[in-house]
Amino acid sequence: MPDPAIRVTALEKTFRVPVREAGLANAVRSLFRREHRDVRAVDGVTFQIAPGEVVGFLGPNGAGKTTTLKMLSGLLYPTGGEATVLGHVPARREAAFLRRITMVMGNRNQLQWDLPALDSFELIRAIYRLEPVDFRRTRDEFIELLDLGTLVDKPVRNLSLGERMKMEFVGALLHRPQVLFLDEPTLGLDVTMQKRIRTFVAEYNRRYGATVLLTSHYMADVEALCRRVVVIHHGRILFDGALTALSANFDTTKTIGVTLSDGSTDLSGYGEVLSVEDGRVILRVARADAPNVTTRLLRDLPVADLTIEDPPIEDVIERVFADARDERAASEAAGPR
Amino acid sequence: MTSSAPTLTTLATGPLASVRAWLGLYATQMRVAIASQIQYRVSNYFYMIGMVTEPVIYLVVWSTVARQQGGSVGGFTPGEFAAYYIVWTLVRNMNIALTPWAWEERVRGGDLAGMLLRPVHPIHLDLAGLAGWKAVVIVLWLPIAAFLSLLFQPTFSIEPLGVVVFFIAIWGAYVLRSMFLWLLGLVTFWTTRVGPVFDIFFTAELLLSGRLVPMSLMPDWARRIADFLPFQWTFSFPIEALIGKLPPDQLLGGLAMQGLWIAISASIVAVTWRLAVRRFAAVGG
Repeated sequence: MPDPAIRVTALEKTFRVPVREAGLANAVRSLFRREHRDVRAVDGVTFQIAPGEVVGFLGPNGAGKTTTLKMLSGLLYPTGGEATVLGHVPARREAAFLRRITMVMGNRNQLQWDLPALDSFELIRAIYRLEPVDFRRTRDEFIELLDLGTLVDKPVRNLSLGERMKMEFVGALLHRPQVLFLDEPTLGLDVTMQKRIRTFVAEYNRRYGATVLLTSHYMADVEALCRRVVVIHHGRILFDGALTALSANFDTTKTIGVTLSDGSTDLSGYGEVLSVEDGRVILRVARADAPNVTTRLLRDLPVADLTIEDPPIEDVIERVFADARDERAASEAAGPR
Repeated sequence: MTSSAPTLTTLATGPLASVRAWLGLYATQMRVAIASQIQYRVSNYFYMIGMVTEPVIYLVVWSTVARQQGGSVGGFTPGEFAAYYIVWTLVRNMNIALTPWAWEERVRGGDLAGMLLRPVHPIHLDLAGLAGWKAVVIVLWLPIAAFLSLLFQPTFSIEPLGVVVFFIAIWGAYVLRSMFLWLLGLVTFWTTRVGPVFDIFFTAELLLSGRLVPMSLMPDWARRIADFLPFQWTFSFPIEALIGKLPPDQLLGGLAMQGLWIAISASIVAVTWRLAVRRFAAVGG
């Protein structure tokens, strides 16, 4: 079994942030006595990612996703625990390490604004000391994959957000990194462009066996790319496993869609009615009750169409966070006063 | 494929290959900077007009004073003042470096994170980028210098050694000033409200570098203070080297002083950069 590409053990990051209450008196007081508060952004995170694996890193805003990614790319020093990426300790920021990774952050521009992207690519070649023939082959391959042929000689400032993001991806991957940290890479892009980026990342992973750690609020990104997800909330890991297992672990319901041939829609006696649209009723029932409810529906009513599905992944994630919030509130309420 | 899969082929290693790679990086970044700069032709011309205004004011004032003093002041005739301030315009363009204020934007805007992800120290890209920018500025400067020469009739006493030293010294001035402004910019990592610190630095530089007036016009005590500071090696030294105001020993001694100050400032930058990155990585990127 190969060594993990990413190995994270009890990783912690605590920020010390200044605090001050509003008002002039407090402003004057803070001149003489500064108060600080420790904010634990990442709280003992442990996981491993195998070479070539694509993992979704999910969590609400402020959960600790970006902080973890920044620690793994060497932008932040951990305050506790350990991390290695491709055998390197990221915090040391060795050139050999930086040559093997990349980090793409949505809406961040690393290309020369006033120049065609080709000029920036040439600079990237010089920065990473890439062999010219090999570099050109990779560059042209990516340009073709992302269908950028007619855009590479236009100044970056004249490109649309989506086109720019595609160029950013080319620039970020020209040195063929083995580990990709993607932080909201499709942020703000339209659906078509999101899909294009996803396809490109999947193709890069397939061709070069790169390891990918992806954060995204678009579940379509995660569903398309990741078989495994790590869910983080308040700096702690809530779930680490197959995306398909997420529903089984955290959602105890099933969604049943029913269309009756007589057009009636009152099915409240069979489960919680989530919606009624064009004669189609969506019910939510307990996972364990789903077979019984289905049997009753088919036996009692003139069913024209019936489907049983897991709830959308967004709903499952929402439920994961809601449960974590409830547990935290309960533990705080039970704690010492 | 496993984690040991090779990344893209890089250039051969070894001392010679390393030097070639560094030269390649500097040349590419300079080309990119030149291409970027010539996108804004009108802006460049307005910049040059603004740049010329300052020395022309000094020149007119000091030429008038020299005439009223019977033909010279502080050893400068009106023609030598003209030579001083016309060369000043070139030296000023050459010693322009990244301003400390740019660091605040780099830290806040997130550009620094991108820089830290690259396997080269960002000072190389800054030095090469602004060096490329200077190539454009020098081309624009030539007609302006010709016009000022026709207007003010400068007097040069050009010596071959002075010319050689000048061409080395203007790059030395650029590197030296870059180091100090980088150092000043790194203060931003600890506190973003550093405007007053910058103001003190630039005021001292204005007075003690030969930017405002040639150093020979400054009082003795000011010149003695200036001897312990790096400023004069970035302004008056290259100017006076070209206009023929320095004997050979001072020309070579000046280059040595530039080298010494570059070594000192580069060492401080190296240490401070490491501390600054540590601080950035501790408090949040």
